[in-house]
Formats: sequence, C-alpha cells, structure tokens
Amino acid sequence: MTDWERFLDTFFNAKVIAKYWPDILYGMVVTIELAVLVVVTGLASGLVLALLRALGIRPFNWLLIFVVDVLRALPPLVIIVLIYFGLPSVDIVPSGFVSTWMALSLVLMAFAEEIFWAGITAVPRGQWEAARSTGLSFSQTLLGVVLPQALRLTIPPLTSRTIAITKGTALGSVVAVSEILGQASSAVSNSYNPSPLMLGAAAYLVLFIPVVVAGRWVETRFAWKK
Amino acid sequence: MIEARGVHKHFGALHVLKGVDLLVAERELVFVIGPSGSGKSTLLRCLNRLEEPSAGSIVVDGIDLLDRRTDINRARQRIGMVFQSFNLYPHMTALGNVTLALRKVAGKSRAEADELGHAALARVGLADRAGHTPGQLSGGQAQRVAIARAIALEPRVMLFDEPTSALDPELVGSVLAVMRQLRESGMTMVVVSHEMGFARAAADRVVFMDDGAIVEQGPPTQIFEHPAGERTRAFIGQIQRH
Repeated sequence: MTDWERFLDTFFNAKVIAKYWPDILYGMVVTIELAVLVVVTGLASGLVLALLRALGIRPFNWLLIFVVDVLRALPPLVIIVLIYFGLPSVDIVPSGFVSTWMALSLVLMAFAEEIFWAGITAVPRGQWEAARSTGLSFSQTLLGVVLPQALRLTIPPLTSRTIAITKGTALGSVVAVSEILGQASSAVSNSYNPSPLMLGAAAYLVLFIPVVVAGRWVETRFAWKK
Repeated sequence: MIEARGVHKHFGALHVLKGVDLLVAERELVFVIGPSGSGKSTLLRCLNRLEEPSAGSIVVDGIDLLDRRTDINRARQRIGMVFQSFNLYPHMTALGNVTLALRKVAGKSRAEADELGHAALARVGLADRAGHTPGQLSGGQAQRVAIARAIALEPRVMLFDEPTSALDPELVGSVLAVMRQLRESGMTMVVVSHEMGFARAAADRVVFMDDGAIVEQGPPTQIFEHPAGERTRAFIGQIQRH
C-alpha cells in the first residue's frame, strides 16, 4: 500500500463512511435544531435586556451589567458543564440538548445585549429630542424612532457573533448531544477509524458555509445607509 | 401663552440660567439673541422641558410644565420645536416624519394622518417631496420638513432653536419665508437665532441675554438702534460689523 492509499484508507475509508453517514445526517438535523433555537432565544433575550437597560433603572442595570460580563467572560463549555452537571444537585436535570441550548443562548444573549446597547446609544440624542418634543412617549420613541436606527448599526457585529455562537453547538458533544461532532465521535470509537470525523467536518462545512455567505448578504443589504 | 418665572438651571457646578423671567403673549414673536454661552438655547429647551430647570416655574398654555402630575407628552403636543440640526428620522420619508406623531400621539388613522401630513408639507412648500427620505433633501428642505412635522400637530406655540444656523446662506431664505408665513398666520413663536435681519422685520420683541440672565428686552428698533444697556450696545456693535 502506498502512503497515499494508506492515508485514504485511514481518513476516507469508504466502508466506514457508507456505514455511518446516516448518523452524521441525523447529527446535522440536531445541529440545525440547536443552532436555530440558540439564535432565536439568544437574540430575543439580548434585545429585551438592552431595551430594559434603556429605562435607566440604576440598580437593575448594575445587576444586568454584572450578569452580562460574567456570561461573556466564561468559556461556553464551562457554562454547559455547570448546567448539565451542576443543576441536578438542585433537582433540575436538564438533558444535554437543553443544557447546551441554555448555555449558548445565555452567552449569545450577553453579547447581543452589548451590541444592541451600543447601537441604541449610537443613535444621536437629537433623534430622542425631536421625537419627545412632538409628544411621543419614552417607549414610543425607543421602539419607533431609535430602535430601527440602532438595529441597522448592529447588523455586522451581530451576524459575526451569531455565526461564532452557532459553531459552539459542537460543544454539545461533551454532554452527549447527538449533534454532528457527537455522532462523529461515537462513530470513530465504534469503528476504530477517524473517517467519520472527516465526514463530520464536511457536514459542518455544508451547514455553515451557506450561513457565512448569508451573513455577508444580510450585512450588505441592511448596512447603515445614510 | 408662556410664563417662565425665576428659572434657574445648573449643569453640575455651572450656573447657566440665573433667575430668568420670560413672558410671551399669544401671537407674539419673541426673538432671543445673545453671545454663545448666554443660556438662550437652554432657556428655550426649558420651555418644553427638554431641560429640567433647577428652580422656577414654567407655565405654557395654562399647563404647569414642572408639576410632576402633568402629562408632559400631552403638553408637548401643544409646543412645537425646531432644531438647529433638523433631527429628521432618517429611516422614514418626509411624510413619515410628519405623520409619526399624528398617528402615535394624536391617534389619527393612517389615512387621516397622511392627509394632514400632506397639508403640512404643502404649507411649507414641499408637497412634492412627501416620498423623499431626509438623505434626499437639501438642508433648507429638511428644515422645512422639520417645521411641517412640528406644525402638523397644530401646536399653540413654536420654539425655534437656531433654525438656520446649520444652513448654507442661499437656503436660509426658504426657511425664513416659512417662519414669516407662520407668524402671519398668528402662531406664537420664540426664536433663538442670529438672523438679525429677520428679527428686525418680523419680531415683536427682542430679548438680549448674557451670562444666564435677560439683560434687556424691547421692540427691535429699540434693541438694534437705541440699546439702553452697555452690554447690549457692545453685542449689537459686534454683530453689526458683519
């Protein structure tokens, strides 16, 4: 066997791939489910927090900032592990899927809140003044005048942060979530062959290259235009 | 129409307004002039509570603005304001800018609001620009849309904070023409501005402020031709040198 044939036989073994690609496909479905959930709950909760922060209630904001900073500082895997292995001691037993979803959602929430907040504060004060001077209330101004302008400013950092978080779904493999990496790791153990990992990598590319391209499209389409 | 008494404003240690009394009658056009830092913009902004006075009382159209129980949003519907930097909403068309408050605050239906919005834009001579966004308007047009936005709510008094200071000279005329029309239609107006020609022609009363207080006030002929006070004379002398 030449070196090349040995390489192919090890990393691109046709028999192993044929046996395990359905598992990887299943893993892709789980990855997609997890990613979509994380993005929806993470962005929504981040936006809610930023809007609450705009109210300017000092003690609440101190607590908010503390929580957000902790969530941005901790490695996501640590949060997953804390939830999965720690919560059972208070009688809450989340599954691996739920633990991963909650952890990644909390991390995205923290980063998204900071990004939304930066957008809101970047809208010129004159916009607030003009709107309030016509009799619009604080919330009418925030939602109708300031937020639409703030959101356009936030699109580029939000898309890149969201893409980064969704790749964190791979961390779920550590707590037995059957997403791509989890399925690939099991297959590797069972077949004593690393080909499933190559398949897993291919699966990630298939999923995330379109996401990255879509992200760039969103950025250019909704970018801040004067 | 406006009764401001004993208005003080501190920004931290800085005492910007030092006990200002300003009374504006209905249909009057009061022009406020003074060197920068005199507190004229701050005073104007107190008149719709964009700035909260540290002390004093402000009653506009019978509403005590500083009473905690006053619904300031309702009060502000009666007080229109026009800003130096226009502050149009960039994500909406001109019509959208004018109708937003009509829909959200005055509770008009979209159709009603659009009709009133078109009427307001026509009043400032911009009926054909209703569908344009602020980015597509010249400075003079943008400021006129801002005026339309303020008058659409049919306020009882209009406040102008240096409305032409950010405009190229050739565009100033169009905005002053609209302001003159407003005056002729009987609007009560308080204008902070450096447009002395306009003041001479249209103002009922000119108020000269310096260092946080009203130094002198009177009809334009008095202030510009026979100022009683030393500081007034010095300021008028400076600006007339242009």
